[in-house]
Amino acid sequence: MSKKLYRHTGVLVRFLLSQNRLRIPIWIIALVLITFSTASSFSELYQTPEERQAIAQTMLNPAMTAMVGYSNGLDNYTNGAMMAHQMLLFTAIAVAIMSILLVARHTRTEEEDGQIEMIRSFPVGRLSNLSATVLMVGVTNVLLALVTGFGLYILGIESMDLEGSLIYGAGLGATGIFFAAITAVFAQLSENSRGTIGLSFAFLVLAYLIRAVGDVGNETLSWFSPLGILINAEVYVHNYWSPIILLVGLAILLISIALYLNAIRDLDAGFIPSKPGRTNASSLLQTPIGLALRIQRTGLIAWAIGMLLLGASYGSVLGDLESFFKDVELMEALIKPVEGFTLTEQFMPMLMTVMAMFCTVPTLLVVFKLKGEEKKNHTEHLLSRVVSRSRTMGSYFIISIIVSFGMLLLAVVGLWSASVAVMEDAISFSTMFSAAMVYLPAMWTMIGLSILLIGLFPQFSGFTWLYFVYSFVVVYLGGLLQFPDWMSKLSPYGHIPHLPVEEMDFMPVSILAIIAIVLIIVGFATYNRRDILG
Amino acid sequence: MTIIKTNNLTKKFGKFTALNQVNLEVNEGEVYGFIGPNGAGKSTTIRLLLGMMKATEGEAKIFGLDAWKDAVDIHKRIAYVPGDVHLWPNLTGGEVIDLFIKLRGDGNKSRREEMIERFKLDPSKKCRTYSKGNRQKVALVAAFASDADLYILDEPTSGLDPLMERVFQECVIAAKNDGKSILLSSHILSEVEKLCDRVGIIREGKMIETGTLGDLRHLTRTNLLVETKLPIIGLSELKGVYSIEVKNRTFSFQVDSEYLDSIVRHVSQFGIVRLESAPPTLEDLFMRHYEGVGGAF
Repeated sequence: MSKKLYRHTGVLVRFLLSQNRLRIPIWIIALVLITFSTASSFSELYQTPEERQAIAQTMLNPAMTAMVGYSNGLDNYTNGAMMAHQMLLFTAIAVAIMSILLVARHTRTEEEDGQIEMIRSFPVGRLSNLSATVLMVGVTNVLLALVTGFGLYILGIESMDLEGSLIYGAGLGATGIFFAAITAVFAQLSENSRGTIGLSFAFLVLAYLIRAVGDVGNETLSWFSPLGILINAEVYVHNYWSPIILLVGLAILLISIALYLNAIRDLDAGFIPSKPGRTNASSLLQTPIGLALRIQRTGLIAWAIGMLLLGASYGSVLGDLESFFKDVELMEALIKPVEGFTLTEQFMPMLMTVMAMFCTVPTLLVVFKLKGEEKKNHTEHLLSRVVSRSRTMGSYFIISIIVSFGMLLLAVVGLWSASVAVMEDAISFSTMFSAAMVYLPAMWTMIGLSILLIGLFPQFSGFTWLYFVYSFVVVYLGGLLQFPDWMSKLSPYGHIPHLPVEEMDFMPVSILAIIAIVLIIVGFATYNRRDILG
Repeated sequence: MTIIKTNNLTKKFGKFTALNQVNLEVNEGEVYGFIGPNGAGKSTTIRLLLGMMKATEGEAKIFGLDAWKDAVDIHKRIAYVPGDVHLWPNLTGGEVIDLFIKLRGDGNKSRREEMIERFKLDPSKKCRTYSKGNRQKVALVAAFASDADLYILDEPTSGLDPLMERVFQECVIAAKNDGKSILLSSHILSEVEKLCDRVGIIREGKMIETGTLGDLRHLTRTNLLVETKLPIIGLSELKGVYSIEVKNRTFSFQVDSEYLDSIVRHVSQFGIVRLESAPPTLEDLFMRHYEGVGGAF
């Protein structure tokens, strides 16, 4: 009887592998390349124990421990210890994401789309698809573990021995298998693919947070997170196998639970009942701008949290900036020393450029949602009712202006609060605030450009993103790559005065604001005149 | 009073002419059937009427106002149901209906509940879970719950089951009885026949026929299939008989509706064993029309 449940699992594994014959190699190659290139660049960047020990000093604060994890190797910060400390956790998260996406795709998503129904109509076991998916992802992770492990050893970097390298690889693979297993369970619990992926990612975030709290305060707590267990393998320091075995053991337990739940449930059913949605719209939703906000709510909240964390992560390194940069010639090239300002203050303009550019992304996404809505035939629902085109476009425009300010504000708040915690001589909030807000006219110029293109040449509106990438390359990397000055002047971000190092100059900022207003006016006028396709 | 009037309405996309000098008139209190195959220009005409596209030449007037310039004012009195209803996947049906009613103006709460009940829609489900028919119901509920003077319905029943199609037809008739005007675009001839007072046929961007159903019926032919005891003689000489095909004793041919009586009388002399008649399909209508035009295509 039980054999029948798994009938043709082998056939399905081969079928799944052929479906993913590009996806899986791309994941493995990308992950392995990141690992190898970081390992060799670490060994080139920091060649003496003194240099490594200087880096270890910058890691000795709670913010860093919360971010990258606890390490027992800081006293003797070898190349291996550094690699395991700074890279293992983030690579493991990437592997977890790979496993979550692969498992969710071939379990609940295919069930929702009806492919599983088709497969199950053949003489195939009830559990064959789930077990085939788990096997496929398992094989992928084992492969990744072996390539990473032996590869790191073959690189021949001092202090990265065979056992440590194998545990490094096995740690990644075990994390991947664990998250494949937990996703398999969530795929049984939730009855749609969004729920499955959502629960799995929520679990990943929770695992990261529990580990962060545990690593900073209470070591026992870290053992309640799979990522915390992984850190406790102390790769290249003590090389413990037991946490890896524990992770795989937990994964096998979870897979058995998933198989059991799958065996007792109906096709398309889940164990978490889907709760009925609202039968009436809230009063906020009943306006064009309310609708525009509502359909972007989740994305905007995610970006808001992201910007706060981005600011905070920059802020947490500000305290050690001076000691950190002394040894790094690369960064010296980026920042030209100016008399009368601390290195941290001189670092401000570059930080603000990067943060402003990151904040531009959600801002532009809001404007482009208007075009996306037209493509999905959603704008016709507004325009065929008592809503003018200006009001439709205006809803997205107003939100984008608010988002440009709000995202920048959140990034500054994150930067400032984290910097206050780590710096002895903190920079005032108002200094940071004005250094960031001075970038708003540049962001508005980008809004203006997208509004103009959506009005005038909707089919070419993607040009905005090209221009944005150009801006990022020339303004951020321009100093490093020695681009001529005029190249950064072609970008709005290249005209913003570098507060607090430079004096405030209202001239370029006002001109950018005027350009933005003109672009926006022309964009609205042309949007009112063109054909709406849907 | 004329509700919709287009005057040589033309729309070109680059070199391609999607609509070529279309004249269309919908009067107050009438149901106008707008029929034609896919890609004939029905939806383009409706997009122009809704002011979503601008005419290359000619003009469209609704309530005497310009469809392009006065779009927002016109839409205060219009309810529109698209053929392919695309909704926001993470909103519930109920939320979308409320939004639609609100965007058109003030809605009627009890009408909303009544329509949800009649169309048997579960408003608490997310739109992503709805089938095509259910998404169409969302648009229909929002349309019929509102107090519009003109309903523009673009193939509104293509995803509905027969029971819901009947509910839809009842709603259209009720609206008509209230003196509302309806532009019903469709390629389901039976639905048009049941509901419409006047009909316009469009093909390749041109209005090829327009008039009351009675006017158009002269164009229609019924398909007959007859098996007789004795071979039928003299069929081809009769008036109103076309495309005769013979297989053993089974004759299949087309008949002009007006000559149906005399032809059946003639055929019955030969002892009818089997008689099947099929109503004219839209295709027949078109085919007949093109024959009449005589090699225009």
